Amino acid sequence: MLSDKEVAHIAKLARIELKPAEKDGLKKDLSSILDYIGKLNEADTSSVQPLYQTTGLVNSTRSDEPRKEFPMTEKLNELLIGQAPAKHDHFIKVRPVLNKK
Amino acid sequence: MIPEKLTIRSAREGLARGDFSAPELFEHYNKRIRAQNGELNAFLTVFDAPEEFDTEGTLAGVPCAIKDNMLIEGTRTTAASKILDNYTAAYDATVIKKLRSAGAVFLGKTNLDEFAMGTSTENSAFGPTRNPLDTDRVPGGSSGGSAAAIAADLAVFALGSDTGGSIRQPAAMCGIVGLKPTYGRISRHGLIAMASSFDQIGPLTKTVYDAALVLNELCGHDVFDSTTVDREIPDFTANLDRSIKGLRVGVPKEFFRAGLAKEVEERIRATIKKLEDMGCQVSDISLPNFEYALAAYYIAVPSEISANLARFDGIRYGHSSKKAATLLDTYLESRSEGFGPEPKRRIMLGAYALSSGYYDAYYLKAQKVRALIKKDFDDAFQKVDVIVGPTSPNTAFKIGEKASDPLALYLEDIYTVPLNLAGLPGISIPCGNGEDSGMPVGFQITGRSFDEATVLRVAHQLEQIT
Repeated sequence: MLSDKEVAHIAKLARIELKPAEKDGLKKDLSSILDYIGKLNEADTSSVQPLYQTTGLVNSTRSDEPRKEFPMTEKLNELLIGQAPAKHDHFIKVRPVLNKK
Repeated sequence: MIPEKLTIRSAREGLARGDFSAPELFEHYNKRIRAQNGELNAFLTVFDAPEEFDTEGTLAGVPCAIKDNMLIEGTRTTAASKILDNYTAAYDATVIKKLRSAGAVFLGKTNLDEFAMGTSTENSAFGPTRNPLDTDRVPGGSSGGSAAAIAADLAVFALGSDTGGSIRQPAAMCGIVGLKPTYGRISRHGLIAMASSFDQIGPLTKTVYDAALVLNELCGHDVFDSTTVDREIPDFTANLDRSIKGLRVGVPKEFFRAGLAKEVEERIRATIKKLEDMGCQVSDISLPNFEYALAAYYIAVPSEISANLARFDGIRYGHSSKKAATLLDTYLESRSEGFGPEPKRRIMLGAYALSSGYYDAYYLKAQKVRALIKKDFDDAFQKVDVIVGPTSPNTAFKIGEKASDPLALYLEDIYTVPLNLAGLPGISIPCGNGEDSGMPVGFQITGRSFDEATVLRVAHQLEQIT
């Protein structure tokens, strides 16, 4: 069973603020899922290399030249930048990272 | 008069003969959606007719439905999440471009489990989709809206996405055809990413022939998705009728385990018998590490989810908390308010599996088990040409029946996730109804990497006699 402290730590890593009711539910759910996942320890993987993807492709590269598939237009700019909750002209506004205190 | 249950083939023939026009066909489906969507909740967005209809192309004038995690420029795309409630797609997904150039028209966007995480479509932030065959039951998931739309004849064909069974399982539960192509066949550019080393787009259709036809249009290398493989694309409709006599069919003994419903097992065994009767060489095989597949999946996939969904931060698009005073609060509050319970659960699980001190025990271990699963399949395909079994352990269950137990819902994917771990193609086709529930049972056929042709051929020939 995960502890309250562990759940709080994971939530912080995940950048999710949990309500008190959510914490208990997640503690229970995550613990039972992790119990099931414990099954993995029965598999002998001592001589196995991990498999991260299945295509067999290695270093899929392209030539280092500018591409023109998405020429910037007013309309595209509006769809890309215009949907930001806070903006100024064609720029996205964010809150300061460093606070004066 | 437009006939019921049009397939792509019959729609194209009707259009060619002049039985109906493309605008009439669109109007017909638009009306059906408006009449039935109140009850089924299969569509989240319904489009008006386009101004012009193409007359050239394999899919010219054929109306289709798109799972709402694929982008269509200038239209709302939600992934069934509150965090994207107000999001308008900035460009067309590659699959949308390809369908457009084949002449297809879009009826609307279909419901799904939030960010495609689920097996019942109950995790949608916009309410569950109902199974048209029994509206007290789920349609499966996560492409439940697309599957329900096809089963209720609200579109000629649909697209879904499959990370661990999300095309095949809802197809099984709604009694239709669902194809997950090989990983690398189809570009995911413009698909809202869930787990990038697993996600694959594919068709949900009324017939196997239609699935082959749509696959023909969707395949190919794309500069915007570097996992797409540049290789020759066969005409998948070409050999559907070629005899399957002598084809080697493997039946893994591990599939017949506790948890497999009796009514499902009966239909699966009866269908395997049919393959024998058709001259296939059926043999028992073993996938020794099958038992570990689901556990490996539920580490690897949440890990990728926790990374992919980090982009939803309340800064560039989507829901942004009004309460936040600092940058960190913007992240914390926007994500807390915007994500539903299942994405939160999986993001947390993934963050845990990747966190310092747990990486080796969980993430690395899961990727090693993934290698074992792939090797099991590679070994099996030395001896057989296709592997068959159930798509899911149960038929469609009641809405709410499993909602309080995430693990019970995860177990619905036990037969579908091994293919995603190994990147293999698989199809689910209906093989009759279960004796107890009266609901459809799905028969899953798996083939070698990039051998969709054989998978489709077996499926097509079974379909002709079912």
